[in-house]
Formats: sequence, C-alpha cells, structure tokens
Amino acid sequence: MQSLKLDGNAAAGLLREVFAVEITTATGTCDGCSSVSAAGAFVAYTQAPGVVLRCPRCDAVLMKVVTDGERFWLDLRGLRSLQL
Amino acid sequence: MARAAVLGRLTWQVAEALEVVPETPRVKTILLDVPGWPGHLPGQHVDLRLTAEDGYQAQRSYSIASAPGTDVLELTVERIDDGEVSPYLTDELRPGDRFEIRGPVGGYFVWEPSRGGPLLLVAGGSGVVPLMAMLRHLDGAGEDVPATLLFSSRGWEDVIYRDELERLDGGSARVVHTLTRSQPDGWTGYSRRVDPEMLAEVGPATDERPHVYVCGPTPFVETVASALVELGHEPSQIRTERFGPTGG
Repeated sequence: MQSLKLDGNAAAGLLREVFAVEITTATGTCDGCSSVSAAGAFVAYTQAPGVVLRCPRCDAVLMKVVTDGERFWLDLRGLRSLQL
Repeated sequence: MARAAVLGRLTWQVAEALEVVPETPRVKTILLDVPGWPGHLPGQHVDLRLTAEDGYQAQRSYSIASAPGTDVLELTVERIDDGEVSPYLTDELRPGDRFEIRGPVGGYFVWEPSRGGPLLLVAGGSGVVPLMAMLRHLDGAGEDVPATLLFSSRGWEDVIYRDELERLDGGSARVVHTLTRSQPDGWTGYSRRVDPEMLAEVGPATDERPHVYVCGPTPFVETVASALVELGHEPSQIRTERFGPTGG
C-alpha cells in the first residue's frame, strides 16, 4: 500500500483556481507550532472529498479546500498567516 | 521573471498530440502542440483532463519534461495498470488526438539559473521527469552550474531517458545510476536503494550547500529526504515532490 501523502505542489492547480496567483511559493505560518513553510512543502492529502494541507512539522491541519466545480469552500483556521 | 511566468489566470486549453515516443516498456513521452503556451520553468507541471463522451472527467498532474523555450511541450507518462488516465495516454493516444491541459502550475519545485548551484537531483523512477527539465535547461543554456543526478531505477531497461542521460553525463551534468532489482551483466554501479552512504559518496558535501531536489514515489522521497537531513543538509535546501499512490 503506497502512502496517500503528497506535497502542496500536488494542490497547485486547485489553489490557482482559488487564488489566481501561484501559491506554492507563498509561506504560511502554522497556528499550532508557529513554524513557517512554503505551501509547496505542506503535506497534502488530495484523495479526500476535498484537499487537506497539513503542517510539515507538527501535522496540524492548515487548509481545507472543497469544490463542487463551481464554488469553493476554504477553511484556513490552522494558518496564522499566509505571505504572498 | 519567475513571477511573470507563473502569474495569470489559469484556464483549460486544448493540447494536440504530435508524437508518442516510447522511453521504457512502461513509460512514454508525449509531444504536444499547445497553441499560446505561456512558457514554463523547469520543475513545473500541468494538470491534464480527459472528458468521456458521457461527460465524465478524470484529471491528473504530470510534470513537464521539456526545457523552457522549446516549441513542443513534452510530458513523460508512466503507465499505472489500474489508472484511469495513464493507460489511455500510453496505450491509446495517437498523433492528432486532443485533450485539455492547464498550466504551468507550481512554483516551489522549480530550479532557475538565478538560484545557482551546485545542484543535487535525486530521482526514483518516473520522478526523473521534472529533474530532466532542469538538466535539459542547464545543458541548453550552457550554464556553468555543477549538477549531479542520482537516479534509482529497477533495472537498466527501466531507465527513462537512458541514452540522453548517457550523452549528458560528463558534460553538463554527472549522472549516477543505481539499479535496485536487476542489473545487466558486468554492472559495476550501485545495485541497492538510495541510502545515506550512497548520498554521501555521490553528492556534493554539505558545506557546499547544494540545492537538492528529490522526486519519486512518496516512500522514496521520505527515505531520501530523511537521509539527506541525517547527513547534515539543511532542510531548507531540500525540495521534494512526491508522486501519488495511483498517479493514474
């Protein structure tokens, strides 16, 4: 069984639909452990009903993105900030 | 330049297959004509979408294999037996067939000459694809950046871009293979999985602060990244791209 774990790169296309700018080079601060990492280095799980991005250091959920093809639901509770 | 190349609204556009080139028994390179392609950076990928007659859509991401500035966009695709998309691309696709792509996407797993070197590229199987875009860019641009590719494949017949890598080796890059499952007669190279000892022998020393790019299946990437940190490479110098469980 291979791991379902990917990097934030894997969500780059989806995130570009939401943000309209390249997001994998943006840096996010984890609200849980305060570590700072590039979104491309977040841990990504893309095989859920939405995409879940977690902190590469403490594994806390940083972002959840769900789409029905037209609308997007963004949950950014785990991100203290995102620098674009 | 990097920002200019990655900004802008992302839309689906039609790509037409020009040629399908076998690389190994399981891997093919697809040459694409994409009118109005905005250009890309080495390491970026595209999202590819197939639409069935009944409207069902399947979407996957594929790394770009061609260097920036070439007219033809190249994707290299490994056949995943139970995949929805890759068997079509490797078995069914013919010149003239069309599908949709959007991109380029990704700005993190990217190397540009302005980042400098030395470069250490570590590939597992089809993880070599985005790293090949970097090597081709380096070769074509005549950049004086020392680059080493450590490439893990199952056997000699599974080595993607084998002939081209042979040509590059000793020129614009140094190429080191390890063959993990079977080796040809007289093989004197590595014949085991990538481990800290191999990385220490092959790669630039940690005090040279190489930019390290690791791409392959998730377990491969995790093993290599841990080994690099164990050797003393700074985590911030290591960029990874994991291939999915199905890739598809």
